[in-house]
Amino acid sequence: MAGNTLYGAGTGASRQYYLYRKGIEWLAWIGMLFCTGVTVFILLMILGYVLYQGASYINWEFLTALPLPAGETGGGIANALVGSAMVVVVATLMAVPIGVGAAIFVNEFPSAQLGRFVRFLAEVLTGVPSIVVGLFAYALVVRPLGSFSGLSGSVAYAFIMIPIILITAHEAFRLVPVSLREASLALGIPKWRTILWVVLPVSSRALLTGVVLAIARALGEAAPMLFTAFGNPFWNLNLKKPIATVPLLIYTYATGPYEDWHRKAWAASFVLLMVVLVTSVLTRVFLRGKSNE
Amino acid sequence: MQGEPQVTNRPLGRLLTRASGKLVHPDAQVINLGDRFFYTLTRGLAFCVIFLVILLVLDLFRGSWEAIRQFGLKFLVGTTWDPVARQFGTLPTIVGTIVKAFIALLLAVPISIGSAIFISFYTPKWLRPVISYPIELLAGIPSIIFGLWGLFVMVPVIRVLQVWLKANFGWFPLFNGPAVYGVGVLAGSAILAIMITPIIAAISRDILLTVPRTQIEGMLALGATKWEAIWKVALPYARTGLLGAVILGLGRAIGETMAVTMVGGNSFDLIHSLFDPVHSMASQIASEFAEATYSLYVSSLIYVGLVLFGITIIISLLAQLLLWRLSKGRIAILE
Repeated sequence: MAGNTLYGAGTGASRQYYLYRKGIEWLAWIGMLFCTGVTVFILLMILGYVLYQGASYINWEFLTALPLPAGETGGGIANALVGSAMVVVVATLMAVPIGVGAAIFVNEFPSAQLGRFVRFLAEVLTGVPSIVVGLFAYALVVRPLGSFSGLSGSVAYAFIMIPIILITAHEAFRLVPVSLREASLALGIPKWRTILWVVLPVSSRALLTGVVLAIARALGEAAPMLFTAFGNPFWNLNLKKPIATVPLLIYTYATGPYEDWHRKAWAASFVLLMVVLVTSVLTRVFLRGKSNE
Repeated sequence: MQGEPQVTNRPLGRLLTRASGKLVHPDAQVINLGDRFFYTLTRGLAFCVIFLVILLVLDLFRGSWEAIRQFGLKFLVGTTWDPVARQFGTLPTIVGTIVKAFIALLLAVPISIGSAIFISFYTPKWLRPVISYPIELLAGIPSIIFGLWGLFVMVPVIRVLQVWLKANFGWFPLFNGPAVYGVGVLAGSAILAIMITPIIAAISRDILLTVPRTQIEGMLALGATKWEAIWKVALPYARTGLLGAVILGLGRAIGETMAVTMVGGNSFDLIHSLFDPVHSMASQIASEFAEATYSLYVSSLIYVGLVLFGITIIISLLAQLLLWRLSKGRIAILE
């Protein structure tokens, strides 16, 4: 008895309570492990299944040929690949100046109340459903021009990309040391040149990452394309006409009646998934250590 | 370090506003010309963002004006959606959307917060990225791919489950639906749960990692078990942020389009059981819009979009406010 007053080391009621608490601890550990296991397992299963199904169908013809008429086996998705690329490039050209410019304003002129409001708005905008963005692009571009077009798809994508670029750019600028800015200003270099020649180059890596993330996000969106880019079974390089994009093609093929279409949907998903995964892993390597803390 | 630029930058920002004052050296006028132009330019771009949002809201109102004038708020409680009779009411889809989103939360919240706790407290530091990186990765998978997987892999499984449930527990009202489809409320909720789990888990983990280690160590030093320290100190500390993460997940679940369109079973009737097929607002717009043949029809669909936008924007605002209060804007939410 003497000396040994450590909680839980005794006998009787206190010992029992100690064991009870240990049991709860053990149960909690098992429970949390189970949750993590379920999450990782389900998600990896989906990933694995798509990769497996897609890889078994994919070949050179699939990537370089045009779609054949419905019901015929063979053909590819070349037009959708090119279409997706074109729509996204134009969207990037629209979104990057606005996103980065606004981010410069938010970070470099912090005395302005407007900046904080814009940053807050950007966070809220990331929550706007993509289908609503599609409606917006429809009302803004498709209706006045009178036809579905790749251009309207670009507007929709740009709208999705702007808040992502703005937020990542702002975070990137925040990490640029003040001493660098001050050194430049002390040399008599005006503020605008300091921003363009010092702040931007220093944060270029993180900026690029943000843009790539935004592109990867946009590339996978099908909902805003439904009534903007609309899809097109033929070659089209004209952004004023309906144009095929990969995610929308997956939707059309997956919900279609043909067995061959379903296989093509898996293969197209494989391509899309590869693009998303590769960009994600690359940006991770670029910005190593960011989320390790 | 990270908070500092805001403070030390301020005098530089003020250089501009003082440009017209007498204290500035004449040469400074030359400098200020470029600076002023740059300031105006970037401010214009910042205004662009605000302008786009205003344009979005205006466009939605303008597009739906015809339906708003025709049906008013009765649109929200009407239960018939009949393009042939030109009669539109969207209560069933609103109910469908909210029910699906909440069942998804019910499934996803325990699992995702459990994983977040495991990653932030029970995993050694070197192992953390190994577990959390796949979760982050999966938050970026396009929803169309979840939809494809859901349609061809998950729906057949759910169909079997539904047939079994109906055969054995058919007396229970929630299980007494048309079990043969597979697509429906249950499938829609399940795919939504799978999609929002990585989002909630990733944000919750970031939030739980902000809990000061000293507080947990204090508990441990008092003789608490690890779980007691988490339950009584870490979770109360992170409560606001976790709620923000959950609400963010709710917003995503409500606005999610493609996957739900593919497995939700698109019907316009009010739901009575877990097996009933029903539209959600987003899937209704997605599947009908291109086929809407007259302007009132289009206008009604845009009205649905306006309602959806309103709901998600309120949820998003709420989530941002909760998360911002906790992190002072340190946690950027992108997924």
